[in-house]
Amino acid sequence: MADTHPPRPNQGQPPLPRGGQATLEWLDERLGLRTIWTTIFARAVPQTNWFYTLGSASMILALLQVITGMLLTIYYVPTPDHAYDSIQYIMNEVTFGWLIRGLHHWGATLMVITVFLRMLRTFFMGAYKYPRELTWITGALLLLIVLVFGFSGYLLPWNQKAYWAGSVGTAVVGAPPIIGPLLLRIVRGGDQIGAVTLARFYGLHIWWMPIALLALIGVHLYLVIKIGITSPPERDE
Amino acid sequence: MSALRTSHGDELGRRKFLSGIIGMVAGAVAVVVGLPAIGYLISPGVKRQSQEKRLILGPVAGLTPGIPTGFPFSRKIKDGWVESAQTGVAYAVTHDGQNVKVFSNVCTHLSCRVTWDPDKGGFFCPCHDGLFGVDGEILAGPPPRPLDQFQTKIENGQIQILLEA
Repeated sequence: MADTHPPRPNQGQPPLPRGGQATLEWLDERLGLRTIWTTIFARAVPQTNWFYTLGSASMILALLQVITGMLLTIYYVPTPDHAYDSIQYIMNEVTFGWLIRGLHHWGATLMVITVFLRMLRTFFMGAYKYPRELTWITGALLLLIVLVFGFSGYLLPWNQKAYWAGSVGTAVVGAPPIIGPLLLRIVRGGDQIGAVTLARFYGLHIWWMPIALLALIGVHLYLVIKIGITSPPERDE
Repeated sequence: MSALRTSHGDELGRRKFLSGIIGMVAGAVAVVVGLPAIGYLISPGVKRQSQEKRLILGPVAGLTPGIPTGFPFSRKIKDGWVESAQTGVAYAVTHDGQNVKVFSNVCTHLSCRVTWDPDKGGFFCPCHDGLFGVDGEILAGPPPRPLDQFQTKIENGQIQILLEA
């Protein structure tokens, strides 16, 4: 029987590589993987130093926090009668629960440090100047988000330290004259720290803040790639 | 100085060396988080704590031969981070005043609760009209197997049963 198929486009060309390479080629042709890779990872950067790794470090930590946080939600419950017990359960009964919670706990502390150092680096190197104002602004917002993360997460264990830190921390909102007391009641969801506070801090911690964080990281990264980064300033600049 | 070579025989430059190191570190992090995460997720299903408990129902002498006597019981069991109560009724049956069988009141069909119904002469399940005889055997309805029995022991004339899980 005659072959009625039209000639294949790659006839006469060297055969496609086999295995993983072939799959990669197939995907690359449709998704443009190489372009994405080159744009993000193999882009041209000026002469840099180790301080320039603080951004990647923050993002890796953010990724770890997302993963360990998702794991913690498997057992944690945000109600005053069970929050503490569920964390005791994670620490004492669940296999490697101590490790997952430990990673989340120390990752949070480390993230505040790396993000803050990153801001200092940007400030001292003058990297916030034209045309990178928006990179700076989104970065500053990201720092604030990380701090809100830290504060809202601090309440969730519902132990003495969490309760009183939450009590003192939220009291700051009550400082402005006239509207202060109302703002405080809105933040706490009532006159005192309680079930409503815990639930809204939990919602803030696992929905509102992560989505804001990921969206802003997207914008921030886009700007870093689009505009590029600065080289360290020279002595007489 | 001769250049280092990769396993493919290419020259191992600074770029290749560093990306190799990055890959290895990333892999290590993935393993350190990923493997424990598997244990973390499956552990409540795999780690089973025995919650066995012996329960004394009452004296054998208190049973009427041929007629099941229900003993309601309630005990605390650990359910993750919650203490919950497990309640049920154990039906003790004797025919000769010496050997005692104790049945669970959980229907073997879909776990509804059966009750001893003297008019029907059996344990009746109201959900799907299952009926079990005085020795737990199936008389009518959809149950797939006879009523479950508790492990039973008689000590000093007192009926003891073993509650599991």
